[in-house]
Amino acid sequence: MANLTINGETRYVDLPDEVPLLWALRDGLNMTGTKFGCGVAACGACTVQIDGEAVRSCQVAVGDVWGEVTTIEGIGTPDNLSVLQAAWVDHQVAQCGYCQSGQIMQAAALLAENPSPSDAEIDDAMSGNLCRCGTYPRIRAAIHDAASKMQEA
Amino acid sequence: MQRLTRMPAKVSRRGFLAGSGALVLSTTIPVRAPKAQEAAAGPDVPAFLELHTDGTARLLSPFIEGGQGVFTTFAQIIGEELDLAPENFTVTSAPPGPPYGVMGGFRITGGSASTRTAYGLMRQLGASARAMLLQAAAAEWDVDASELTTEPGVVVHAASNRRAPYGDLADAAMALPVPAEVALKDEADFRWIKTAVPRLDVYEKSTGKAQYAIDVTVEDMLLAAVLHAPRLGLTPASVANLAEVEGMRGVHSVHLLNGAVGVVAEKFWQARNAVAALQVEWTEGEAEWPMPADFSSDSFRATLSEASGDAVEIEATGDAATALSEADNVIEAQYDAPFVVHGQLEPPSATARFNEDGTLDLWLPNQAPEQFQGAAASAAGIEPAQVRIHSQMLGGFFGRHFLYRTANPFPQAIAMAQATGRPVKLIWSREEDFLRDAPRPLGLARFRGAVGADGPVALEATVVGEGPTQRWYGAPPGPDVSAHEGISGKSYAIANSYVGQVPVANPAVIGYWRSVGHSMHDFMYECFLDELAAAGGLDPYQMRLNLLSGNDRLHTLLTRTGELSGGWQSGPYEVDGTTRARGVAMASPFGSEAAAIAEVSLDRGEVRVHNVWTVLDPGQIVNPGIIEAQVQSAVALGVSQTLVEELVYENGEPTARNFDGYPILRPDQMPAVHVDIIESGAEMGGVGEPGLPAVGPAIVNAVYALTGQRIRSLPLSKHSFG
Repeated sequence: MANLTINGETRYVDLPDEVPLLWALRDGLNMTGTKFGCGVAACGACTVQIDGEAVRSCQVAVGDVWGEVTTIEGIGTPDNLSVLQAAWVDHQVAQCGYCQSGQIMQAAALLAENPSPSDAEIDDAMSGNLCRCGTYPRIRAAIHDAASKMQEA
Repeated sequence: MQRLTRMPAKVSRRGFLAGSGALVLSTTIPVRAPKAQEAAAGPDVPAFLELHTDGTARLLSPFIEGGQGVFTTFAQIIGEELDLAPENFTVTSAPPGPPYGVMGGFRITGGSASTRTAYGLMRQLGASARAMLLQAAAAEWDVDASELTTEPGVVVHAASNRRAPYGDLADAAMALPVPAEVALKDEADFRWIKTAVPRLDVYEKSTGKAQYAIDVTVEDMLLAAVLHAPRLGLTPASVANLAEVEGMRGVHSVHLLNGAVGVVAEKFWQARNAVAALQVEWTEGEAEWPMPADFSSDSFRATLSEASGDAVEIEATGDAATALSEADNVIEAQYDAPFVVHGQLEPPSATARFNEDGTLDLWLPNQAPEQFQGAAASAAGIEPAQVRIHSQMLGGFFGRHFLYRTANPFPQAIAMAQATGRPVKLIWSREEDFLRDAPRPLGLARFRGAVGADGPVALEATVVGEGPTQRWYGAPPGPDVSAHEGISGKSYAIANSYVGQVPVANPAVIGYWRSVGHSMHDFMYECFLDELAAAGGLDPYQMRLNLLSGNDRLHTLLTRTGELSGGWQSGPYEVDGTTRARGVAMASPFGSEAAAIAEVSLDRGEVRVHNVWTVLDPGQIVNPGIIEAQVQSAVALGVSQTLVEELVYENGEPTARNFDGYPILRPDQMPAVHVDIIESGAEMGGVGEPGLPAVGPAIVNAVYALTGQRIRSLPLSKHSFG
């Protein structure tokens, strides 16, 4: 059982400490934007941030969460998109959309650390985030676009 | 001589779907039906379309959205005729029922068939609704409807300068009878069709708001997980530590199911943990397709390779046998492709709720609502009319969510909801998904050919195995196009050609996978064609052009593909310190035509694909943006299966149970994809699948040009290079 700071709010999670953060979010708090894909950190669908670092929430026990959690719900809404999400919309990235929460959280962590990543740096940072619809080229384009817009801002 | 009429590609497996899986040879997809004049009355507008007083519209789509963009495409088509901007639509999946059987009495979301099947109907729906709005305004203003026009979302009476937003007329319009006949717009006046209208779902899918079956929440529901028998055919005899598992925190109950043990708990993690703790004794049970305990993909490949039964003739031109017997040099080769999983990122799930009146609500992913409704009714022991199917947005499908009996979670969810008296949401872990997926069948084909100075003079192909349409809809060898499409149905003018099939049953539970038979057969055929080119000392691109002389559509397609790539060259050549080469291939899938050129190099002994140039001719288009995205997506899956994908069975079980043991394409393996679309004006073809089949053979042919190694067995990752 733990108090977590999620998207700036303190949330009480009534689950044992060993429960993965993924299931605390989905099962405990009904925050379904974070997706279950593989459960073994092999697909990236469950990516969230802890203190700005991209992590696989299926591999982090609630009791081990070391900082503030940010999920896809915390970075923008359809009416108030983040710059990165707006780039996702502009480039029409999503197809089935299931992996995109994880993609966006991974990309946001990349841009926070590296405001102007190269293609190779993007591929490296995103290499653990699988997309079965093959939206990779649009993801890369959206990250570049968001990077330049963030630098203009 | 063509002794058996070739089935047109568009028939594919769809011809066998009507009538509870009965073989209905005469049923084909009515690609152009229903036309306006064929409908005795107008289309059933209220069944599909709601007009709201706020000026928005709701469409109940007969086809399910899973990334292919059909919701947006349909809003675009209806909006065109209705004169309402597509962004004013919300689109949801229609429930089961006769109004939605728009494929001639049935429907499935598959076969790249949605838009080409329903294009006419969607236009008619929009035009009919617009006519009803005009009629409502005419009555309101006491003028003749012929004096009225529309602007997007507004009815206009220019003579009196009166305007009425659609929302103000919505209630009156929807109460009117649907006109029997309406005129459709002239294509020259299209405002949205043929433009890249943005996807309607892109905001929800970029903010985590999109809801999938796995996200469904029902009041008072319990969560469930299952552990399947490691081999299909085994079933639980007992659970040694039943009391211990029942006593775990949050666990509600443990259920012995057919071929699996289920645990129901308050939370999914508790159910999953409890399932992991189960100590199950398995015993031989009853299964429709029990997996032999010694089954392996290697042994099955050998079985296909050695199969010597009589071939069923699929198609024949000239006399290939005689031509080959008279040829100086006969080229022979055998090709195979492995089992592959669907690997959709959303694991399968189903939520079942029985209601006090005996009805059942089911929230689940599916590509065929009426078939699932019938199967769910059987599983629950009630009538189909008592089952409400809530078809959810699909987190990828690629053929995963057809009715595959042992591959669908809903019968287990129904059983556990019945047993507990509570709503149950069952989620399959990725390991259970891999274990019970209905993979693309392992396939094999044998080729013999002869080539002269001007190109191939004879080509004989024998496909060995079973297609999914025989498995699921009883189509016999021959008419089951899924077993040979991509080897049959080619358009090259080879004077003596023969395609046959030696039927061999596949012990695995096989399914449809994006582009179905084409996903492997075009690889086999197009690579063998390159073998003939090499044997004849011919350039593979020029040889194909020669084989297509007189076929303007395909000649243009291949020429355009060559131009898109900057002019055909085979290589090898040097770029950025790498040695690269190119290969070319073509395919005629699902009513469309496609060609691809791939550029490869070797990177530490592994094939790297740098570029794919591909041109799709779907005849006619609706949304070029969505088409480009679908082609990029199909290319990605084509590259993935060619490079790295293979589901291996040993001892009756798949050896990989998750993405850690079954690689799929990573971002750094993705080539640059250059897409061009030709709108030739031919009959509208499919879009979602046709971009895939030419990719694999283009890559493998490029590998030959680069290395001289002729790869006849996929994936490339199991071969050594350089």
